Amino acid sequence: MERSHIKQEINITEPLMARINELISHYPADKKKSALLPVLHEVQDAHDNWLSIELQNKVAEILEILPIEVYEVVTFYTMFNQRPIGKYMFEFCQTAACCQNGVEDLMDYTCSKLGVGIGEPTTDGMFEVRGVECLGACGYAPMMQLGDFYQEHLTREKVDQLIADCKDGKITLHDK
Amino acid sequence: MGRKILLDKINVPGIKTYEVYRREGGYASVEKALKKMTPDEVVEEVKTSGLRGRGGAGFPAGMKWSFIDKKSGNPRHLVCNADESEPGTFKDRYLMEYIPHLLIEGMITSSYALGANLSYIYIRGEYMWVYKILEKAIAEAKAAGWLGKNILGSGYDLELYVQIGGGAYICGEETALIESLEGKRGNPRLKPPFPAVKGLWQNPTVVNNVETIAAVPWIVNNSGADYAGIGIGRSTGTKLISASGNIKNQGVYEIELGVSVYEFMNSDEYCGGMQTDRPLKALVPGGSSVPILPANLIYKTAAGEDRLMTYESLSDGGFATGSMLGSGGFIVYDDRACIVRNTWNFARFYHHESCGQCTPCREGTGWLEKVLWRIENGQGREEDIELLWSIQSKIEGNTICPLGDAASWPVAAAIRHFKDEFEYHIRFPEKIKNRDHFVAEPFSTVQHLVAKENV
Repeated sequence: MERSHIKQEINITEPLMARINELISHYPADKKKSALLPVLHEVQDAHDNWLSIELQNKVAEILEILPIEVYEVVTFYTMFNQRPIGKYMFEFCQTAACCQNGVEDLMDYTCSKLGVGIGEPTTDGMFEVRGVECLGACGYAPMMQLGDFYQEHLTREKVDQLIADCKDGKITLHDK
Repeated sequence: MGRKILLDKINVPGIKTYEVYRREGGYASVEKALKKMTPDEVVEEVKTSGLRGRGGAGFPAGMKWSFIDKKSGNPRHLVCNADESEPGTFKDRYLMEYIPHLLIEGMITSSYALGANLSYIYIRGEYMWVYKILEKAIAEAKAAGWLGKNILGSGYDLELYVQIGGGAYICGEETALIESLEGKRGNPRLKPPFPAVKGLWQNPTVVNNVETIAAVPWIVNNSGADYAGIGIGRSTGTKLISASGNIKNQGVYEIELGVSVYEFMNSDEYCGGMQTDRPLKALVPGGSSVPILPANLIYKTAAGEDRLMTYESLSDGGFATGSMLGSGGFIVYDDRACIVRNTWNFARFYHHESCGQCTPCREGTGWLEKVLWRIENGQGREEDIELLWSIQSKIEGNTICPLGDAASWPVAAAIRHFKDEFEYHIRFPEKIKNRDHFVAEPFSTVQHLVAKENV
């Protein structure tokens, strides 16, 4: 994913720092770097689901590693976003059983309903549609990930309902 | 009814919680191992059980354990591979989501056997809510005295944590998983040294799949010999199969190894037959990387024997006419499915998931995807089938880790068994314009248009 030059406000709150310290404590004192992936998830969740270079530098500082050690990880893993994304990111699984069960039609439907293409947030920044690879829910296809949770056995009606629920603020993205 | 070892308690109300799990006899294997057995005795039981790695490779678990280096005196680790990402596979999630303490119990008993005092469960990033379930289960187990210092007064110490991944299939490869656990990109390591000698932080490490570790409590509570008494030959015990595709009852099933593919497919206890009255066309029995089987090789082997759900029977005939049990990701296709589209879909997956370290895989998987895409979209060329064959043969065996093989095998098998379907796409591009081309007009009804040729 392309990197963004949009400025991001960084706010490492006390509860966030406490959680980071707890994660660091899961590893031997000289292996702080091991906490990088879990820490990136926590930091990203607390910053509108994306990681600017400045925020990545901050993570490097916290874990006492080089910024490049953070960049190379952020660019490798699919779940770390390097640009602002739609608040409600509909991540449709496109692989195997989901493909077999009509996910492509469902993605077309969702995109046309939201008036966007894949990978472009709606102008109000509320929604985005993305295709991802196998999410491990093949028996419940077609499905998508929305925040920390899975939405399974999707139909057009369920997608409509989800969009409505997001607009009404009824969807929890992260369980903290 | 087949015997259930892993899922027998999964429907007990409240089994997710420590109290109910314990009341149902949970954590008995920890008590037995720590109070009555030496670590080596636990290893011996697992060896005797014949339990094989349930992540896909099927390597004997007890043997893997016995390779762990004890001479160096370095700290040892057990790492559970919960990075379940092989398309078609969703069994470990089921276990962790609904009976998390079984995995925690297995981790404690297994860590004791290996002499590990610091162990981890590495779970894929997308299973975020399951990560929270495991964190909670670990906290409960710790509060009840099953983790920490001097567990049950035995002098054995263990700390156990869950580590969350970032969305990368390659981290299911054990050395890539270790790299990721160290906070790095998931690039597989060159072996040797194997993790049993130099793994996590260069310490001796065993990496086992969730299902493998979850089988250990039963083996310790009963015996390795009892476990070996289930199943057939070298396929001992039970296996979780995640069934998806065009079958009636999609979901996760525990089978005794040795049940026939026919029974698994058609019995109401399992898949319950096809979803509709459409005929069975193909089967991927063990996750996307294993060879796809055409209808005539599903219930019977090429030798005419019943095909069984075992490591041996599913691979009977080698890659020419067999497949693999793999991870147990059982994907069923009826005659509306397009094998070219499915193969392209898998190729795209492997291209996306290639770590990029080895040239044959990095370049080859992209090439496979591109060529398959053009065939599927009516721009294929006569020579493309040969080209696909050549690319896959040049990836296979030429990479550090098995992702290259995993990307090659499905392409090779699709060409081997469904070559005329590829030819049809190339010769009749106007008939495949719609992505659902075989829904209205299954390939069997147009097959006669393609002149028969053999690879």
